[in-house]
Amino acid sequence: MIVYGFINSIILALIALGFSITFGISRVANFAHGAFYVFGGVVTWFFLMKMGLPYVLSAIMAVLIVGIVGGLMYRLLLVRLRGLELSEVITTFAVGIIILELMRSAGIMGFEYRLPSFIPGSTEILGTYVGYQRIFIVITGLLLLAILYLFVHHTKLGLSFRGVAQEDHTALSLGINPDRISMLSVTMGSMICTIAAIVILPLGTISVDEGYDILLKSLAVCIIGGLESATGVIVASFIIGYAEVLTSMYISSTLTMVVPLACMLLILLIRPSGLFGKHKELEERI
Amino acid sequence: MSDTRRKERIDRCIKAVTDDIFCLSSMREMGYLILPRVLPVFIVVMAVILFPLYWKKVMIITCIMGIMAISWDFMASCGLISLGQALYFAMGAYTAGGLNYYLGLPIYLSIPIGTIAGGLLSTILIFPALRLRGIYFSMVTLIIPLMLMRIIEATKIIGGTEGVSGLNSLPGTWPPIIISVTAVWLVLFSMRRLISSDYGLIFVALMDNDRAVEASGLNILWFKVQAIFLGSALCSFCGAFMTHYYMSVGISAFALDLSIFPIAASVIGGMGTLAGPLLGAFILGPLSEALRSFGTFRIVIYSALLVAFIVGLPEGLFHFLRRKYEQIERWTEEK
Repeated sequence: MIVYGFINSIILALIALGFSITFGISRVANFAHGAFYVFGGVVTWFFLMKMGLPYVLSAIMAVLIVGIVGGLMYRLLLVRLRGLELSEVITTFAVGIIILELMRSAGIMGFEYRLPSFIPGSTEILGTYVGYQRIFIVITGLLLLAILYLFVHHTKLGLSFRGVAQEDHTALSLGINPDRISMLSVTMGSMICTIAAIVILPLGTISVDEGYDILLKSLAVCIIGGLESATGVIVASFIIGYAEVLTSMYISSTLTMVVPLACMLLILLIRPSGLFGKHKELEERI
Repeated sequence: MSDTRRKERIDRCIKAVTDDIFCLSSMREMGYLILPRVLPVFIVVMAVILFPLYWKKVMIITCIMGIMAISWDFMASCGLISLGQALYFAMGAYTAGGLNYYLGLPIYLSIPIGTIAGGLLSTILIFPALRLRGIYFSMVTLIIPLMLMRIIEATKIIGGTEGVSGLNSLPGTWPPIIISVTAVWLVLFSMRRLISSDYGLIFVALMDNDRAVEASGLNILWFKVQAIFLGSALCSFCGAFMTHYYMSVGISAFALDLSIFPIAASVIGGMGTLAGPLLGAFILGPLSEALRSFGTFRIVIYSALLVAFIVGLPEGLFHFLRRKYEQIERWTEEK
């Protein structure tokens, strides 16, 4: 139980991380997040199965392609709408729907569309059998978090990300182009989301409907954790992750979808800015 | 030298006379004011009478969607941007359907009760999110209907995926048409009246500057609750009406189309005008019917239109047309 809860939480954190990064830096709420997730999976599948490229290469290709799509979405559409939050949300939402429904009408559904696991087999940890794939997810998740932490705190680009996140006018006066940084943040968010897709999708099949689920889950995690706080994302995904596992074990597995909703409504009633969203407390609380 | 030329917009004289001074002295001036209000009503009524039966049915759906769009626009002008209009629709639909199916209430009771109760239920569900603003609120409204849909799917309550069918239908061909066409105009003109009244000003002020509203000694939360109730009751009416029109209610009431259609209609028609969304709905409704053969691909077309309009003509068609009607445009040289 403890092991599965841990894995579940890491999966949630991986899913939500891309969304939270993009929002935290450029304040673009990327509602196309779920679409990018599924799209990343499909692109990897295409390169791997149709073109016969090796796994690592097709994964890299997928990450790059989705990153470019995300960057283009910012460059072509969002850059004209900066500051109009409503229009940004509607646009990303619409772009997400376009991507997902185009994939649906291209007939992406069914058992055939699945990624193979990297390493088949399983091992025993603390008395439960865990597939190697799940262990791999945990390692990737932790590694990604560590890399991001180092990147944001110790590189020039990472520091300018933080600068824009704090105050973009000041950043502009210090010679950082906020538009460029925002574009990069959208790109980075979609890349992280693709990495998540590549490691998580082998556990099941690729389906279009999952795109909406992923978006919902990442939104729930981010809202509970406080929208731009990375610590909040991790804590919130552990809360939801364990709550889901507990519900499916002791109550009923059909009720797992209720858990994020219930957690979210509860948190909103108590602390509207989320668990770690201290920053925006005054702004958002009425 | 393109930078020395600019487009000058001047109000037509007749607008100045009818708008500011407001002394109507000729039939022409009265016509100028009445025409844009009466002509659309006339066109829609004539269309309903003249069209063949199939397109009459399309008109019913379009009118209902028009009400949804007006309700979205109303909420948006209160600063409550909802991405889950389907929630309110579904609440009305399920309440009316449930009352009719389990308790056997007749239509003339189940639709009004469904409207009020649906509005109340949606308000209660949305209440925790009301303290949020802007996109935070939108995110929560997006999540709630989709989650509820999953819950109904998983737990199989109220008929599960298939829903409840075999409800009473609306009698005859004409009553549903008359009800929907009357309702849409009634909603449009009463909402416009409401928004421009003193009471409605508070709602608009909620979007512009809610701190100022609070500083005036008004409880914002309470006014937001009222706004959500008004908006969601309108949608619940649509839900209740459509439930009886289709004689069934199911999980499709939560579908994403229902959330995206009002937004698309408002963006295309022009946000914040209440008449614009209706215009958008009257464009999109028949269009989506004509595209029926594309199946789920329709939603791609909506979304593409949405993106095109929000980037290309962000003011929307209604503002554009109104400018053409009220103002003269000409190129002038900068001195």
